[in-house]
Amino acid sequence: MHVNQTSEEKESLIKRKSALGIRLFFVYLICYAGFVLISVFYYELLATPVFGGLNLALAYGIGLIVFAILLGVVYNYYCSRYENEAELEDRKDNLS
Amino acid sequence: MIYGISYTALVVFIIFVLLVVGLSFYFGRKGSSSSSYFAAGGQIHWGVNGIAFAGDYLSAASFLGICGMIAISGFDGFLYAIGFLGGWVVALFLIAEPFKRLGKFTFTDALNAKFNSRGITLAASVSTLIVSIFYLIPQMVGAGDLVIPLLGLPHWAGVVLVGTIVIVIVASAGMASTTYVQFLKGGLLIALSLILTFFILKNGLSLKPEFKDKSHHQLVELTPVVTNGTVEAVTGWEVVSQQTVAAKTFVKLSQNGIEKWFYLSQNQARPLLKETLTVTNLADGQTLYNGEPKEARKFFQVGNLSKIVVNGQEVEKTGPLGPFEFLSTVKESEVIRFLQVKFADGAHQVALYYPELTGGESFMLPGLKYKIGKDATLWSKLDFISLMLALFLGTAALPHIMIRYYTVKTPRDARKSTILAIASIGGFYLLTMFMGLGSAVNGVLDVESSNMAAPLLARAFGVTLFSIISAVAFSTVLGTVAGLIVASSGAIAHDFIDVYLKKNLSDTQKVKVGKMAALGVGIFAIVLGMGFKGINVSFLVGWAFAIAASANLPAILFLLFWKKTSARGVAASITVGVVVSLLIILTSPTMWDKYGLGAVNSPHPLENPALISFPLAVLTVYVVSLLYPKKVIT
Repeated sequence: MHVNQTSEEKESLIKRKSALGIRLFFVYLICYAGFVLISVFYYELLATPVFGGLNLALAYGIGLIVFAILLGVVYNYYCSRYENEAELEDRKDNLS
Repeated sequence: MIYGISYTALVVFIIFVLLVVGLSFYFGRKGSSSSSYFAAGGQIHWGVNGIAFAGDYLSAASFLGICGMIAISGFDGFLYAIGFLGGWVVALFLIAEPFKRLGKFTFTDALNAKFNSRGITLAASVSTLIVSIFYLIPQMVGAGDLVIPLLGLPHWAGVVLVGTIVIVIVASAGMASTTYVQFLKGGLLIALSLILTFFILKNGLSLKPEFKDKSHHQLVELTPVVTNGTVEAVTGWEVVSQQTVAAKTFVKLSQNGIEKWFYLSQNQARPLLKETLTVTNLADGQTLYNGEPKEARKFFQVGNLSKIVVNGQEVEKTGPLGPFEFLSTVKESEVIRFLQVKFADGAHQVALYYPELTGGESFMLPGLKYKIGKDATLWSKLDFISLMLALFLGTAALPHIMIRYYTVKTPRDARKSTILAIASIGGFYLLTMFMGLGSAVNGVLDVESSNMAAPLLARAFGVTLFSIISAVAFSTVLGTVAGLIVASSGAIAHDFIDVYLKKNLSDTQKVKVGKMAALGVGIFAIVLGMGFKGINVSFLVGWAFAIAASANLPAILFLLFWKKTSARGVAASITVGVVVSLLIILTSPTMWDKYGLGAVNSPHPLENPALISFPLAVLTVYVVSLLYPKKVIT
C-alpha cells in the first residue's frame, strides 16, 4: 500500500520522538495509577474538599482529563520542533 | 417506559438519517478500489480525521452510557470518562507514530509487518472480529433504546433498523464515507452537549423540576399503622400483602381495584410508605406498569433532589449556577435514586424500583456501583482495578480506532489528529458530568434503562433539542457500527481469506467478499443487540476494552519496544488474551444473570477480566518469544 510516505524519516528523529513519548506516558501513568491506588487504599481521602467546593475525587478526575490534553499539546509542540530541526539539518546537508 | 410518538422528533430524525445515508452514497461513488474502501486511500486531512476520531470514539458508550451511569450511580459513571480518555494517552505516546510507520493496511498487517506469519494473521483476525463484535453489542443496545421514545417502537425494531441502515451504508460505500460522516457527527455531538450543559446550568437546581412540556411527578407518601414491622392499615387503601426482598420491605396496597407496591421506609422518625415503580409480568403474559395496563400511562420519570443545600441553608431552588457551583451544590444536597429489586408475587414476576435517599457527598464519590469504600470486598476492589486497567489499555488496541491511523498521510498528521481527538473528547467528557447529574436531578430518568438519561433530559428542555440530539446520537451509533463492520469485514476478507487462506483475491473480489462479510457480521450484531437489552452500554463497552487490551496491546507493545519478540510469541499472546478474557466474561455475574442462573451463582465475582487476562497475555508473549525465538531471515 502506498499509504505511507515517511520511510525517509531519520532514525535519530524517530528515537528522539519515541523517547519523549515514553517519558510522557510514564508521567501520565503515575498520575492515573495514583487515582486508582488512592481509590482502593485511601478511599476516605477522596472526600477531602480541595477547591471550589469540589472533593478530591472530582478534582483529581477532572484534573486527569485536563492533564491528558495538556500533555498531548506539549508532546505535539516538541515533536514538531524536533521534526523542523531535522528538516533544517537535512537542507543544510543537501546544500553543502 | 411508555412513550408516545413525537412527530417533530420523527421528521428531524428521518431527515438526519437520510442525510447520513446520502452522504455515504456520495462519497462512496468516489472510490471503489480496496484501499479506498478500507482506509479512504490515506488522503484525509488531519483536522477532519481528528474530529472523525472523536466521532468514532464518542459512540453510544460515551454519550448514552456515561451520562446514564452518572445519572444512576453518580461518580462511578465518570470513572469511564476518566479511563476512556486516559486510554488516548497510551494511543498517542506509545502507539500512534510507530504504528503509522509500519505503514500497513489493517491491524493484522501492522502486527505482521515484521514476520509475515500465518499464525499471527489468524490470531489477529479472530481477535479483531471478537473485539468488534463486543463493541457492536452496546452500540446496538443503545440504538434500540434510542428509538423507543423517539419513534415509539419496541427495542428490537431499533436494533434491526440500525443494523439494516449500516449494512446498506457499508455495502455501498466503505471507509471514505464514514470518515466524513463521523466528522460531521463528532462536531455536532460536542456542540449539542455544550448547549445542553448550558441549559442545565442556566436552569439550576430545584426540588420540583418543572418544564414547559413536562410536569414533575411528586412521589406519593403514605403514613401506615405498623406493628412489629408489619403494616396493618393505611387510610384510604386496603393492605393486600407484604414482602421482604434483600432486607427491604415492600407492601402491596389496593385502591379502586388497582394494586400498587409501596416501599416501607423506617429510617425517619415515623414509618413511611413511599410510592415505587413496578413492572409486573402476569402469569398470562400481560404486562402491568404500576398496576395498570400500558395504555393507562401510569409509569413516570424519576430522579430529583430531596434536599438542596446552599451555604448551609436549605432552599427550594437555586436559579442559574456556575459549573463549579453546580457540582458543589449537588454534593451538599440529597439525591433520590431508584434502585431495582426483582421478586415473585405468587405466579407474577415483579421488577420494582424504589426510592433511596443518597447523600450528595456519596453521590459525588466512587463507590455506588463499584464498591471500593464502605462494603468493599477484595473482589470488588479487584473489579474496580480491572475496569480502570481495561479502560486505560483498551483504547489503543481497538481495531476500528487503529484503522484511522491509516487514513492520513504522515505520522505528523496522525499525531495532530490524535491530539485534536484527545482535546475534543476530553472536553466532551467534562460535559458528561453535567449532563449525567442534570438527568439525575431533573426528574427525567427512565428506570428501565439508564442509557436514555441524556436524550430524555434534552426532551425536558424542548422537543426540538431532543429530536436533534437523538438523531445525532442515532447517527453516531450508525457511524460507529459502520466503522466496526468495516474493520471486521477487513479482518475476514483481507486477513483471513486473502492472506491466511492465500486465495489471492483480485481487488474487486476482495471488496465483494468484504461486503459479504459485512452482511454476516451485521446480522450477528443485530441478534446480540436484542439479547443484551437493558444493560448500561458503558458497562458493555468495558468488556470490549478488556478484550482489546488483553488480546492486542501486549502484542503491539512488545512488537514495538522489544526486539526479541517473535512471531509465535505474538500469535500466542493474542490467542491467550482473547480466550482468557472471553472465558472470564462468559462466566461473569452479569452473564450468569443473562443465562437466567442468577448473578450470585456465577463461578467467580469478577465483572471485568482485564486484571487477569492482560498480565497473562504479557507473560505469554514474553515466555513464548524466549522459547521460540525469531528466525533470522537473510
